[in-house]
Amino acid sequence: MTDAVRFIDERLGTAGLMRKTLRYVFPDHWSFMLGEIALYAFVVLVATGIFLTFYYVAGDTEAAYHGAYEPLQGRLLPEQYRSVLSLVYDVPAGNLIRQTHHWAANVFVVAIVLHLIRIVTTGAFRKPREINYWIGVTLLGLAMFEGFLGYSLIDDLLSGMGLAIAYSVGLSIPFVGDDAMYLVWGGQYPGAPGFWPRLEIVHVLIVPAVLATLIALHLASITRQHHTQFDGPNRSERRLVGTPLWPAYALRSIGLMLMTFAVLLLLGGLVQINPIWLWGPYEPYLSTNGAQPDWYLGWLIGGLRLMPPLEIRLFGHTVVPNPFWGGVAFPLVVFATLYALPLLDRRWFGGGRRHNLLDRPRDNPRRTAFFLAFLSWVAIVFLTGATDRWYVLSGMGYEGQIWVLRVAAVVAPVVIYFVVRRVCTELRESSGRRYEEA
Amino acid sequence: VRRSEWLTLAALGGTALAAIGFIVAYLADPDTQLLGAALGLAFAFAGAAAILAGKRVVDQSKASDEYHEFGDPTAQAEVVETVEGISRRKLIVGATATAGLTLGAAIALPVASLGPNVGEQRTPWRRGRRLVTEEGEPVRMDDVLAGTFFTAFPEGADKRDIGAPVIVVRVAPETLRLPPGREGSAPAGVVAYSKICPHAGCAVSIYRHPTYQGAGEPPDALICPCHFSTFDPARGGKLLFGPAGRALPQLPLAVDGDGVLIAGGGFYDRIGPSAS
Repeated sequence: MTDAVRFIDERLGTAGLMRKTLRYVFPDHWSFMLGEIALYAFVVLVATGIFLTFYYVAGDTEAAYHGAYEPLQGRLLPEQYRSVLSLVYDVPAGNLIRQTHHWAANVFVVAIVLHLIRIVTTGAFRKPREINYWIGVTLLGLAMFEGFLGYSLIDDLLSGMGLAIAYSVGLSIPFVGDDAMYLVWGGQYPGAPGFWPRLEIVHVLIVPAVLATLIALHLASITRQHHTQFDGPNRSERRLVGTPLWPAYALRSIGLMLMTFAVLLLLGGLVQINPIWLWGPYEPYLSTNGAQPDWYLGWLIGGLRLMPPLEIRLFGHTVVPNPFWGGVAFPLVVFATLYALPLLDRRWFGGGRRHNLLDRPRDNPRRTAFFLAFLSWVAIVFLTGATDRWYVLSGMGYEGQIWVLRVAAVVAPVVIYFVVRRVCTELRESSGRRYEEA
Repeated sequence: VRRSEWLTLAALGGTALAAIGFIVAYLADPDTQLLGAALGLAFAFAGAAAILAGKRVVDQSKASDEYHEFGDPTAQAEVVETVEGISRRKLIVGATATAGLTLGAAIALPVASLGPNVGEQRTPWRRGRRLVTEEGEPVRMDDVLAGTFFTAFPEGADKRDIGAPVIVVRVAPETLRLPPGREGSAPAGVVAYSKICPHAGCAVSIYRHPTYQGAGEPPDALICPCHFSTFDPARGGKLLFGPAGRALPQLPLAVDGDGVLIAGGGFYDRIGPSAS
């Protein structure tokens, strides 16, 4: 050990930095694990993803299938679908890796969303951490886009229906949509054969490279600024108290990483996900009832379903096709709100100073109420994505559900705002009383 | 050795055992469930060992550090001064911006090679073209019974062209209320519509046809399973519910001398998802 440290330090002069790193202090709170889980899910995504790229072929040439899966024997299948079928049925551990990859993508986005809720409701995004918050919001958007690309690559029936919708949503962007989509797809949907290699390179190289870079910046920025902390003994805006990186924090975090790997592998092995052999290959004239995207796209399919049949036409020309509202305008508003939160906080919720101590959600009733109202709005649109499943489960008429949700999307956020603000204020006052009595 | 240390060692032993289990399973019978369970357990044991060690075995004392307060006005001023201090700055900035923008436009232009220009929409349907099934069999008028749902294509056309697939259903002629100008497009109540939803391009593949046709029952409808746009086959594909901004485009039909359905012309409307 001594020799190794000396060898490196005499050549690179890093012992001082190492010493500082090992003593780096992490404030402890269970909710700080959420971001770490996202990070470790990303590690799993990269590792399993590398394995998958060795088998996936974006060829788009149709040929008869002759493999281990009997029901599709002799069927003409596109090469990308065939390559994944053979990964599942002919490669040892192939399906384990594929399903673990898919589960990891779902968990990645769950962890990011929960992390975001934690960051916003405790005010961790305030000065001096706004830049890092914006990086985080960008990571969320990219993670969802990357996930969509991933399951689109396979060219099974579910993937094709998703791509048809993505194409139509792109087409709905006023003035430039049709030209842009012709460029992406290489022509009118379903596009030219060259589309598949494009999709692949974006999914396996370009977006992951951007994600990795932003994650590195996210971590570098937080190590420079230190984590925020909840108030407590000896803690202040200037002083933080926590567990040093070595050995206690490192061991716990490595433990969390290994547990994340464990859960994702157990899910990948034991809980079937996206059984593409059951969906069958895609043709533009085929679709199936009950098709559902991965969970993190539920809010977009919900937005498309919730919207009344409104299109803007001028002089006999369609200027704003319907999918624009649910597929473009709605996510733009959601992300614009997320990006604007540090500015809104400064203007409306009393931010602006430098903050290293976190709020409890109740400490800032108006901010917490605003954010939960905003979340409830997105959540109702998200629920709309499940209306067809709810119809099957409960028998409640589809059209009735849509009307209920259309009303709820307008009313619920307002109600939630006032209820949450009230609850937070009461909680804050009652804990204030207890503090005074003590 | 304390109890938590024993537990940590046991968990590491569990890791080794489960890892051996994975190796054996991989060599003997690479079954997805078995492999996943073994490797998952191995990581779970390893994780348990690390967490036990981190929380029970090693030193738990807290440490303290200071938050940095960034922001050095002197350094900021010097940065601004250094950057802005170059002579003839306006000229250089202006010229560089012009050159940069032009160069940017030039290197962005090859993006245009990615795809063709958007042209006039063409579909393979022409007057007299026969309707065939997915297998290429002609669709005969008499095959289209009330309550059946056919997907048909123009004979000899590329089935993947989104202008190709149509839905064929039979509507009771007395309930038919087609828009003006579409007379004779539905021989004996047999109507055809583009199968591609004008909302978001999915295939319209649900046919609602209540077997009990009494009062209070919803009318026959063609429904897209993606966002549930619901179209009325008796009224020229008019939207009954859902987000589609347009009716389902109708294809006029006729019957040739052999009783086979043929197109009476092209679609009455633009097919496929709306473009701006």
